[in-house]
Amino acid sequence: MTRSLSAYLAARGRPVAGVAAPFARFVLDSAAWATLAEDLTTLPWTVLALWGDEPATVHAALREPATGIVAVVSVACPERRFASLSAARPPAIRFERAIQDLFGFTAEGLTDPRPWLDHDAWPVTAPLGEATAVGERVPRPYRFLPVEGASLHQIPVGPVHAGIIEPGHFRFTANGETIVRLEDRLGYTHKGVEALMRGKPVGDAARLAARLSGDSTVAHSLAFARAVEAATGTVVPPRAVWLRALMAELERLANHLGDIGAICNDVGFAFALAEGSMLREKVLRAADWAFGHRLMMDRVVPGGCAADLSTDGVKGIADLIGVLRQRLVSLVDLVEHKASLLDRTVTTGVLSTDLARQWQPGGFIGRASGQDHDSRKSPGYPPYPELSFSVPVFADGDVNARLMVRIKEVENSLWLLDQILERLPVGAIWVAPQRAAGEGMALVEGFRGEILNWVRIDDQGTVARCFPRDPSWLQWPLLTAAIEGNIVADFPVCNKSFNCSYSGHDL
Amino acid sequence: MLKRLLRTLWDGPQAMTGPAPNEEWLAGLVARLDHGAHALLGRSLAIRQVDAGSCNGCELEINALSNPYYDLERLGLRFVASPRHADVLLVTGPVTANMGIALARTWQATPEPKWVVAAGACAINGGVFAGSYACIGSVASIIPVDLEIPGCPPRPVDLLVGLVTLIEASAATPGR
Ligand code: SF4
Repeated sequence: MTRSLSAYLAARGRPVAGVAAPFARFVLDSAAWATLAEDLTTLPWTVLALWGDEPATVHAALREPATGIVAVVSVACPERRFASLSAARPPAIRFERAIQDLFGFTAEGLTDPRPWLDHDAWPVTAPLGEATAVGERVPRPYRFLPVEGASLHQIPVGPVHAGIIEPGHFRFTANGETIVRLEDRLGYTHKGVEALMRGKPVGDAARLAARLSGDSTVAHSLAFARAVEAATGTVVPPRAVWLRALMAELERLANHLGDIGAICNDVGFAFALAEGSMLREKVLRAADWAFGHRLMMDRVVPGGCAADLSTDGVKGIADLIGVLRQRLVSLVDLVEHKASLLDRTVTTGVLSTDLARQWQPGGFIGRASGQDHDSRKSPGYPPYPELSFSVPVFADGDVNARLMVRIKEVENSLWLLDQILERLPVGAIWVAPQRAAGEGMALVEGFRGEILNWVRIDDQGTVARCFPRDPSWLQWPLLTAAIEGNIVADFPVCNKSFNCSYSGHDL
Repeated sequence: MLKRLLRTLWDGPQAMTGPAPNEEWLAGLVARLDHGAHALLGRSLAIRQVDAGSCNGCELEINALSNPYYDLERLGLRFVASPRHADVLLVTGPVTANMGIALARTWQATPEPKWVVAAGACAINGGVFAGSYACIGSVASIIPVDLEIPGCPPRPVDLLVGLVTLIEASAATPGR
């Protein structure tokens, strides 16, 4: 028996009026939600995210893989409890732990009910829910998963790491050199972004969205802007649509080039780091020249763009494309053929295609393990349906495959930039967002994968609730799976090949 | 590979000239040192970067300091892996409540004499995250700060100016 997502939800739930197309939302009663939690064991739908809301509600975004249809399903939980989806869908675990921490709801049947973002250091509990002020708190001990065996030893790492990276804690359990379990504990960079966004005019909230994860500032800004525009029925001028894609591809280029060098460096190939970091710097300088900010922060805003591209800027980017094409050839040749490099990257940190199918991490992680999803294709958003590019997919799932996906995506982004420059429309770059209440969702392909942003705007034109989901939510747990059976010394390169965001995840 | 290396020789160095110190910052720092413990840091500084909850934008630009354009090691600056080896803590982020203890402990683990640089709007006053239940809101509310480098994120050149100024300040200090 096959059941379609839309038919299933329409039969059991009540569609919510006034929700922006193309993503419908259905409200289930708690019995129907509990049935869904059971039905998911046999249904093929992917859980993209779960998040809380007030008055007490839990939302989940689901995707039907065969059609790419995405819908949101909600359950009211006046008693502040809801049936966990975690037994059928392990990706739900951390979202539900976060809901417990931030809203104070109880996820009944949650397979791992430990706290997640709340480290007992905030002056409130349930900050997005009842927000009860509490005095000095004594941190509860965090129970790492148990490991047993006489020959095992543990290596705790972080939250302050040795390199210049974000904070997080890794607990390695090793048998000799071999990692038998890695557990990550995150939440150290939790800044309370969702609470800060609440009640802010969309323009102010956009500045927070731009700072969810600095390396994806364009992509997160775009996801937030598109969600707001969907909610309010704002139509963005054509030139802004194309400028946004231009910035998004520059961001993808900069990150991939930096990553390619850094991954090679983690196996001791410093030359690639020097070259990769120089090419990255060239992209950032071109972005600075063209848009006035190296990372293009706050340049994508609800209603359009906050910076236009001059003819000088166009020339700067065209020159950049030329230089990159020329310099890439030798770098790619090296990375693809250097035996000493391949020796360390091939068969290292393998993420199985099975796990990738179950979790749908997206981005270079998913595409290196056989999953071809790319939000620019499905659901797709302008101007990408008018542009030609390919989605590289590899099946090996190792560090090398993640490196290869990045290389192919660099080539694709250069090709996209050519097309965008050629067809860039003239005209306005911004309109004032409509002042209308509503809710909207957007899916946007950032450099590390699919970003989901769900927003509800009230009739004052301020943000009533915004949930931005970085793809790292679905990627971090897979890093701990991919590292099993590898040696401790290969952790840095595996970690770099995943390059998950701490800040984007911790919110 | 060989061809590339030869071309690198042919092209010459890519690095920008080392920037001059910021006079205003320098005066402030020297004054601080005179009151302080006569730092004996010489013309080289070991830097330990601490992310106290940044959005990672600041880290991207700090990492850029190691690329061949900025190449900070030629200026006597280098990043070290442990606070125990550091002269300077370069701190970013609005100091999340969840990082408060870790930041304080990192500072305690750094031997005297030591400098603290707060880099970026967040580290200086919480930036866009000021007022959050989850943020303490500035580096200075946890540990003493010697130099603030503004920006969101600060450009690599500004970071370099700040660090070069620190070197000058420590070199100008009496008591060697
Ligand atoms: S100062 Fe700006 S770039 Fe740096 S951490 Fe704060 S928001 Fe991010």
